[in-house]
Amino acid sequence: MHMDNPRRPTILPDMTFDADIVIVGGGLNGSVLALALAQSGHRVTVIDALTETIRGSDAFDGRSYALALGAQRMLATLGLWPDLAADAQPMLEIKVGDGRVGTGPSAFFMHFDHAEIEEGPMGHMIEDRHLRRALLRHMAETPGLSRIGGTAVVDQKVTPSGATVTLADGREITARVLVGSDGRDSGTARRAGIRRIGWRYGQTALVCAIEHALPHGGVAHQFFMPAGPLAILPLTGNRSSIVWSETDAAARRIARLPEADYLEVLRPRFGDFLGDIALAGKRFSYPLELSLARTMIGDRLALIGDAAHGVHPIAGQGLNAGLRDVAALAQTLTEAARRGEDIGAVQVLERYQQWRRFDVATLALATDTFNRLFSNDNPLLRLGRDMGMGAVNAMPWLRRGFIREAAGLTGDLPLLLQGRQI
Amino acid sequence: MQTHQNTVDPGEIAKFEAMATEWWDPKGKFKPLHMLNPCRLDYITNQIAGEFDRDLKTAAPFAGLRILDIGCGGGLLAEPMARLGADVVGADAAERNIPVARVHADRSGLAIDYRHTTAEALATASETFDVVLNMEVVEHVADPPAYLSACHDLLRPGGLHICSTINRNPKSYAMAIVGAEQVMRWLPRGTHEWSKFITPDELFELLRGAGLDPVDRKGFVFNPLTWSWRLSSRDLSVNYVTASLRPA
Repeated sequence: MHMDNPRRPTILPDMTFDADIVIVGGGLNGSVLALALAQSGHRVTVIDALTETIRGSDAFDGRSYALALGAQRMLATLGLWPDLAADAQPMLEIKVGDGRVGTGPSAFFMHFDHAEIEEGPMGHMIEDRHLRRALLRHMAETPGLSRIGGTAVVDQKVTPSGATVTLADGREITARVLVGSDGRDSGTARRAGIRRIGWRYGQTALVCAIEHALPHGGVAHQFFMPAGPLAILPLTGNRSSIVWSETDAAARRIARLPEADYLEVLRPRFGDFLGDIALAGKRFSYPLELSLARTMIGDRLALIGDAAHGVHPIAGQGLNAGLRDVAALAQTLTEAARRGEDIGAVQVLERYQQWRRFDVATLALATDTFNRLFSNDNPLLRLGRDMGMGAVNAMPWLRRGFIREAAGLTGDLPLLLQGRQI
Repeated sequence: MQTHQNTVDPGEIAKFEAMATEWWDPKGKFKPLHMLNPCRLDYITNQIAGEFDRDLKTAAPFAGLRILDIGCGGGLLAEPMARLGADVVGADAAERNIPVARVHADRSGLAIDYRHTTAEALATASETFDVVLNMEVVEHVADPPAYLSACHDLLRPGGLHICSTINRNPKSYAMAIVGAEQVMRWLPRGTHEWSKFITPDELFELLRGAGLDPVDRKGFVFNPLTWSWRLSSRDLSVNYVTASLRPA
């Protein structure tokens, strides 16, 4: 240090903005991004249309996620895992098979066992309520992070050096970068003039949690039924999460059924290997659609999660893909800030898009193809995919590749997904 | 706090705004500099952090450091240094760059002291700095030994001098002149004279001759597949960068 040079107060430029980054949308991806950025020294404001009371509700509503290993490492690195571990169910094996109502899995099926890769369980099942509550708690305790809940964004503007969002109550918040984390109907993307491509599948996913008499042993099952896939994913205790698809018309009919009749429809779809079943939470239905933003970035804007790519939830990759966006964006912005770059400059945001684009396109294509291939009762196609699954099962190296892919361990991994701090 | 915008003729602002936009357009005229910038900044920030014991993970890590950017152009290096908290002087011999850089810094909310001057004039005025950034300049000056001697004088004892230039060999001719100027048209023809390029060993000798102590050199290597630059310890065949210290 040269003491003859009196320390002249330099402008801290970002103090001219309310925050470095404003995140619109306080769901899982937006909240994890806020934590990752604030922990790396950025000042972050999250604007959430929902109040903390709604986000923090602890009643089990039946929703849960399959968290890939990479995503789990990221939550651990951000300090969230100690709050979640006790409520997370490790997925030790994944069994994939062909199914028909009233019959069990086909003779050919794929079996992925975590013992085949050295990294440990390939994922964890975690309930939405536990994730939401842990995120709220950590956000409240993180310096540099503020959360504005229960108000919507009604307008956004871009200036040469920043972005401004206007809230429904008239408040204006300024930042260097705006992040749209507001789902597949992203108002942030729409206001920026970003168009979307996508289509409906004519199918609806039915989601519920069940209690069952027999233990699941940490095994996840995916059956490919003629109407669409059915997944049984292990939750803590003798509970599992069920995700299955039906044609829109059938799903509408099933969704309206009383509980007992709903279970009657469900039971023959996966047999009795879990014993007696009962519902353990609310029932949900989600129309299946693919919705991709034409670009993941705009002027001083980045989109993450479903706002960028709403994919078919067939392989449970929606949240995991969103968390890969989060890890890549947090690292891109942090590296830029540490070398003194303007974090909202287009060349910085381009790096994020370039990092994510291939993965997103691959994911959309794969889920689309998967669904078209497997939601089908054509006997030839059925035979073909059974043989295909048998072939994958017979080749250990290919199977290990699938396991690593499902665990989120492939590709040019951002630091957080490797379990390393930025 | 200096308020440079007051010295600018308001009628000229629009013109300077347009030129600033041009300087800062990553797909525009200065695209090659924008592509190289993250790589240059990684080298510069890590060298400064190492030399002055600063932690880049903290806010304003360069607070208290006085940095000179010679040949500052539109401020592509000066602005990041100011954003990291340094007290920055940006010098450019091309007078028209100064108001352009000022307009952009004002727009970015950064206080940077931009001056139409040269290294030699600053040295004569006995200005001193903790860090002198001398990036892609030495291959354009008429008398490199005299110029580097001025750079030495601008440094306080223990100060850090970062100097990048282009190597002189058939590959650098192919890349920097045929490739960048004639094929890709990244740079106007005649931007570089190959005979003025300097080999790393020659530059180390020149630095020593100016009284500086060379401590590091790295290559900037372009990867046409990822369309980006990276630092290399081994490949200094075209663009390269050096760090040297003024002995304490």
